[in-house]
Amino acid sequence: MSSVKVELHQKDVDKIKAIAKEHHNEPEELINVLHATQEFFGYLPAEVQEIVGEEMNVSAAKVFGVVTFYSFFTMTPMGRYPISICTGTACYVRGAETVLDEFKRQLNVEVGVTTEDGKFSINCLRCVGACGLAPVVMVGDKTYGRVSPDGVKDIIDEYKDAE
Amino acid sequence: MAKHKMNLMVCGGTGCYASAKGDLVKALSEELEANDLSGEVQVITTGCFGFCEKGPIVKVLPDNTFYVEVQPEDAEQIVKEHVIKGRKVEKLLYKHPHTKERISDSVHMDFYKKQIRIALRNCGIVDPESIDDYIAREGYQALGTVLGELGPQKTIDIMKESGLRGRGGGGFPAGLKWQFAKNNPSDEKYVVCNADEGDPGAFMDRSILEGDPHTVIEAMIINGYAIHANEGLVYIRAEYPLAIKRLKIALNQAREYGLLGKDILGSGFDFDIQIRYGAGAFVCGEETALIQSMEGERGEPTVKPPFPAESGYRGKPTNVNNVETYANIPVIINKGASWFASIGSKNSKGTKVFALAGKVNNVGLIEVPMGTTLREVIFEIGGGIKDGKKFKAVQTGGPSGGCLTHKHLDTPIDYDNLIKVGSMMGSGGMIVMDEDDCMVSVSKFYLDFTVEESCGKCSPCRIGNKRLYEILERITDGKGKKEDLDKLRNLSTVIKEASLCGLGQTSPNPVMSTMDNFYEEYEQHVTDKKCAAGSCKSLMSYHIIAENCVGCTACARKCPVNCITGEKKQVHEIKQDLCIKCGNCMEVCKFNAVTII
Repeated sequence: MSSVKVELHQKDVDKIKAIAKEHHNEPEELINVLHATQEFFGYLPAEVQEIVGEEMNVSAAKVFGVVTFYSFFTMTPMGRYPISICTGTACYVRGAETVLDEFKRQLNVEVGVTTEDGKFSINCLRCVGACGLAPVVMVGDKTYGRVSPDGVKDIIDEYKDAE
Repeated sequence: MAKHKMNLMVCGGTGCYASAKGDLVKALSEELEANDLSGEVQVITTGCFGFCEKGPIVKVLPDNTFYVEVQPEDAEQIVKEHVIKGRKVEKLLYKHPHTKERISDSVHMDFYKKQIRIALRNCGIVDPESIDDYIAREGYQALGTVLGELGPQKTIDIMKESGLRGRGGGGFPAGLKWQFAKNNPSDEKYVVCNADEGDPGAFMDRSILEGDPHTVIEAMIINGYAIHANEGLVYIRAEYPLAIKRLKIALNQAREYGLLGKDILGSGFDFDIQIRYGAGAFVCGEETALIQSMEGERGEPTVKPPFPAESGYRGKPTNVNNVETYANIPVIINKGASWFASIGSKNSKGTKVFALAGKVNNVGLIEVPMGTTLREVIFEIGGGIKDGKKFKAVQTGGPSGGCLTHKHLDTPIDYDNLIKVGSMMGSGGMIVMDEDDCMVSVSKFYLDFTVEESCGKCSPCRIGNKRLYEILERITDGKGKKEDLDKLRNLSTVIKEASLCGLGQTSPNPVMSTMDNFYEEYEQHVTDKKCAAGSCKSLMSYHIIAENCVGCTACARKCPVNCITGEKKQVHEIKQDLCIKCGNCMEVCKFNAVTII
């Protein structure tokens, strides 16, 4: 699991307990609970998974198994401005790979990694269903369509100085 | 809707939403307000019109004017000219690409001419957040017929007679699946809607849920009644927040109207629906994996039999149907099985929704009768290939499908024909490729996807696909050998035969179909170390043609890694060891002085 130890405050633990309770501590609801937990913490570090396991009456190993199986769940914190490049087929044939390469080059990070200042992280996602605008890039909830490698700098600049 | 003189229907689909430079609905509403027209004219956010290429789209009712590429700043003109003076805003009408004629009505546009909308019948027409809108369009009428007149067995008989086959990919007859679940006695049974649309490049399920959620709910209740199930579940991708929101609103409205809950329409039948979220795993589109995931487990498929109709969710008989399949059902009940069976081809009845994307002029969501040819879809509805390039291939069926070429253009599209030519229907993604697309890279792209999405349970899929990917990588890196081509074929055959579930059994399809149809391209990569499409970077390099170069420095200024040297008005040179092959120099050169070797 992740090497950095995360210290959870009592209120964080209480929050997880509350989420589990909302779902009746029912093992079947594990995925729904993990969704709600990730929405709250932004990611699912090992320490959080352990508490989820205890509350849901399943082993930490099983929680870990589920978290790592589904691509929506992440064990590393994302950047303040998470950049997602759509690598679905429509975007791929319209040049998503060159756009991705340009983001990696300009931010100097690989896919799944957050920049040192914690501002940006790069992720690939499969099809947001906006194939008419391919290639598509999302920063947070904002969608950018018909992105070319030339346009990458402008997108990054939009967030670089924002706080 | 009725009390307003005029309605401005604004597409609320993701495509249009993302191409609007601001809030279009707000701009139109404010403009109406400013002209004191809010009482007479209404702005409605609808589901997807399908013509994503020309979004954002606004349709004016009752006169059916179809405005394309509308931006917030156009709101003033629409209101002042169209709403107040009754004059159409010429510049916002669709322009025919060849005749340049402006077309004001969607029925006269090539994109819509050949389409028949059954599953998408309400998308773009009703307000998805209004149950009354749905009811006004014969909504929940089918449910009334089923509960009041038909009863379970007659309903299933209609489904069987209609010939409706599962739209999620497999194409199994829906009525038969219902019959199996009905025949299995159990105190509890379940109905599941598969809305885990994981196929990259397909977005019809999302559009239906965003544009017409009640049709899915109505069909699920009918399904439940027919097989004696009292509980329904929608398994939906967490990546579809808008679809989730609209589905939740629709579920609450249906409960308020007594269409969900106890004793529905006084029939004594109880039924309710809850939502389960997917978490991004392509394999969960497979019904046994989906059931595992709904139970809070890793989404790994299980061996069939037992089929879900015998032992599914919580070990009880379960019917899993796809969103698009459901969207057809209320219409089949309303209009009859023989009406539905009269549309389509011999063994594939009705219509199919396709997400047409890639290098085609008119990208969007289309619904055509089964048996329409690829040529009609790509060249008539799709308006041909972008930028005047040459058509090369069309990929159908997503990662499980194959690449078809010129010789397949006149093949009528249906389940059986697509399998015959080495592809499959899948969920209906259709990606068009042109001369610049390298088929080896395309199959590598799909394998990359499969490797990532393989659940890892069975070794042919887990290890085999990884090896396939490595061979393809070797070939696109210029390190391929002739014998690699035989290895690709042999390994593909083994994976197809030995894998546990549909994902593994179909994962080599992109490789096999591209090898069948573009073998010479593979050979070129391994023997000549060349990629004719110019897409494999390791097999090409950029060079400056000395006699064409005027030394304008444009390329050097554009180069992101400063690998182009040369003084002003002197011939430039590209330092090969530094070049990252981004192609900027070629794009910016006005003198055709950059070439690929």
